Amino acid sequence: MKKEAISIALTGNPNSGKTTIFNNLTGTRQHVGNWPGVTVEKKMGTVIHNGHRLQVVDLPGTYSLTAYSIEEIVARRFLVDSKPDVVVDIVDASNLERNLYLATQLIELGVKLILALNMADVAQARGHEIDADRLGILLGVPVVFTIGTKNQGMKELLDKVLEVVEDRDTVSRHIHISYGYELEKEIKKIQDVIWRDPSVGEHFSTRWLAVKLLENDTAVQERVRSLGEIGEQILAQAEASRERLAEFYKDDAEMVLTDQRYGFIGGALKEVLKISAKSKLDVSRQVDLFLTNRILGFPVFIFFIWAMFQLTFTVGAYPMEWIDAGVTWLGAVVTALLPAGLLQDLLVNGIIAGVGSVIIFLPNILILFFCIAVFEDTGYLARAAFIMDRVMHIIGLHGKSFIPLLMGFGCNAPAIMATRTLESERDRLLSILINPLISCSARLPVYILLAGTFFGASAGNVIFSIYALGIALAIAMGKLFSVTLFRGDMAPFVMELPPYRAPTLKSLLIHMWDRSQIFLRKMSGVILVGSILIWVLSSFPRSPDLHRGQAVERGATSATQERVLTVAESEQPVSPSTPEDYLKNSDLNNEMARLESSLLGRLGHLIQPIFAPLGFDWRTSVAVLTGFVAKEIVVSTLGVLYAAGADVNEESDALRRSLRASGMTPLGAYTLMAFVLIYIPCLATVAVIRRETNSWKWTGFSIGYSLVLAWMVSFLIYQGGRIVGLG
Amino acid sequence: MIPLSEFREGERGVIKRLNGRGTFRKRLQEMGFIRGSEVFVEKYAPLRDPIELVIKGYHVSLRVEEAAQIMMEKLEQEQE
Repeated sequence: MKKEAISIALTGNPNSGKTTIFNNLTGTRQHVGNWPGVTVEKKMGTVIHNGHRLQVVDLPGTYSLTAYSIEEIVARRFLVDSKPDVVVDIVDASNLERNLYLATQLIELGVKLILALNMADVAQARGHEIDADRLGILLGVPVVFTIGTKNQGMKELLDKVLEVVEDRDTVSRHIHISYGYELEKEIKKIQDVIWRDPSVGEHFSTRWLAVKLLENDTAVQERVRSLGEIGEQILAQAEASRERLAEFYKDDAEMVLTDQRYGFIGGALKEVLKISAKSKLDVSRQVDLFLTNRILGFPVFIFFIWAMFQLTFTVGAYPMEWIDAGVTWLGAVVTALLPAGLLQDLLVNGIIAGVGSVIIFLPNILILFFCIAVFEDTGYLARAAFIMDRVMHIIGLHGKSFIPLLMGFGCNAPAIMATRTLESERDRLLSILINPLISCSARLPVYILLAGTFFGASAGNVIFSIYALGIALAIAMGKLFSVTLFRGDMAPFVMELPPYRAPTLKSLLIHMWDRSQIFLRKMSGVILVGSILIWVLSSFPRSPDLHRGQAVERGATSATQERVLTVAESEQPVSPSTPEDYLKNSDLNNEMARLESSLLGRLGHLIQPIFAPLGFDWRTSVAVLTGFVAKEIVVSTLGVLYAAGADVNEESDALRRSLRASGMTPLGAYTLMAFVLIYIPCLATVAVIRRETNSWKWTGFSIGYSLVLAWMVSFLIYQGGRIVGLG
Repeated sequence: MIPLSEFREGERGVIKRLNGRGTFRKRLQEMGFIRGSEVFVEKYAPLRDPIELVIKGYHVSLRVEEAAQIMMEKLEQEQE
């Protein structure tokens, strides 16, 4: 016989150690998803305790339950609509006053509540002595002590959960926070109206409803309005009450209510909290004086970021090589096992190569996320934001947006995932939208090839200017979006700077894995589909006599072949000198011809007119198309199309010579570099954008605006350059 | 009354009034910035913005333009 699971919701302020407790309780039996319609993480897990199955939901960390931020809306909606059996409010025991503010709102909501005074050890070390029993009686809520980082108090917490669910607990009682005569009078008036329709009170605590209406809570107002006739009556009374109170207090009712709640907390704390002797040296504060020091703050910050990149790309290079070797090996095995043909081609050149090109970033992503988890869990991320805010504020962003933007230089995909550290939806979207303009490492091979070919000794400066162009555009677009799309709702920068803490390895690893598995699971699907699509486009239609190299060796004489060969030869300066060379070249020409006649090639011809004003020929157009899968592919496509061989890299001399001979000018090359910098983020990034914005609309916008911007900037560069006589 | 943004590092004061718009004021209040709360100015960021404050026993940062909305009464400095 299966008993129904008991549902527990964890609430708490940010930095209260809520996630650590969630991890302690559920261990690896948890999964991460998104709350419907928003980008806030939803974490759920199960615990078996004394034969009961407990379903734990980790609500987003919030300071309050007003509909102020998306996190608060999500948390409140869950509490009100899903009605969990028990709510456990994780409270930072060393910071009771502010943490209890959320508790007062939970009490008001009328949920079955348990307070977990977490970080009890820290509180004790600071000389805070808390009378938990007395606090429990005053609030009408059972209180337990926990130390999340030491995994202490979990059993007691779960015992208490069962006691409360089974109504065996003696402390629980419903208390009212008294708001004083004037407010209570108005609350009563609103309640009287609500009671006219008994069905309203079945869903909500009427007192909570009345208080929220006095607070002018728009989400609650909307719900009440949807009740019809009775709703209008309630709203009318609430409005009248608000006006009366505003007149009486000379201030908004919500301000008075907040004052009163803090008054209530202050009163309770006088009875239960004793702070003995000023605590000794505050280590956290000393550390901070160094880390955010006026002179040392920036160098230290830059050092940490540098160390993160070193770790990510230097250490990460080793496992990347192994994965690369593994993918190559797998391709070879499949080639050997399967007969040559469509299936083999699909598996090897489509799926294995395509997915392999993305999976190779896994080590980078793991290390990068581990570093971010360290920054976040130690409390340094908040300091980095503190230092950088002045700079980021110029683009209308929060200081915390700096790290995701910086990570973009490595790879935009994990960088965009790192925007989860931002609290406001607005900042998150804005950071996601401008992130692809930060030139990632995959674009570097393209720059090296083109700049190296056309700019010789000044290639370094040219590449630097492309990076600078990306940064300048990111700033410009950030500014533009923040004054157009996201105008008005700029979040205040009220950011808690939590004390520095030593994170536990377990929570770091869980943190890292949570994000990496999202990358793996969700990305693999999109990447797989995208790789297959590009493969299909470049493989069909298949003309038998044009199939790969074999046809040439057999001495192909078809008309098409002949034509292509002549064309290719006339365009190609590297004339074959030996028979082997000749064979190799015909092989290549054949590949080139095949690509040109493929859907992809036709598409290239089709879209070429769009790119003509930018000076792109059909081959460049095709390269740009394939670059959508991953930008470094632009190099290998150019390699095939300019008949230098598919296995070229950015250092290849043959490709450089053919590029120079193809009529491409330095101006054209620079235009192409700018275009590659700006246009559509690669497939993996698009997949991450879709995942993180949870919206096709924003994903489409991201693709659309970057395409338009790329075209416009390239057009200005190319045509402007020609006017001043550079082309 | 003087705005909090004019406080120097190491100074402390008591909140007298919050100016500013609805959500901003509300958020500040919920974070403990209510009339009568004591605020200590811990430090300014290297670029002089934002400010780090200690209020109700925890550290929080505000932008200077936001701190300008908080009207304060300065307290005499204690010698520690």
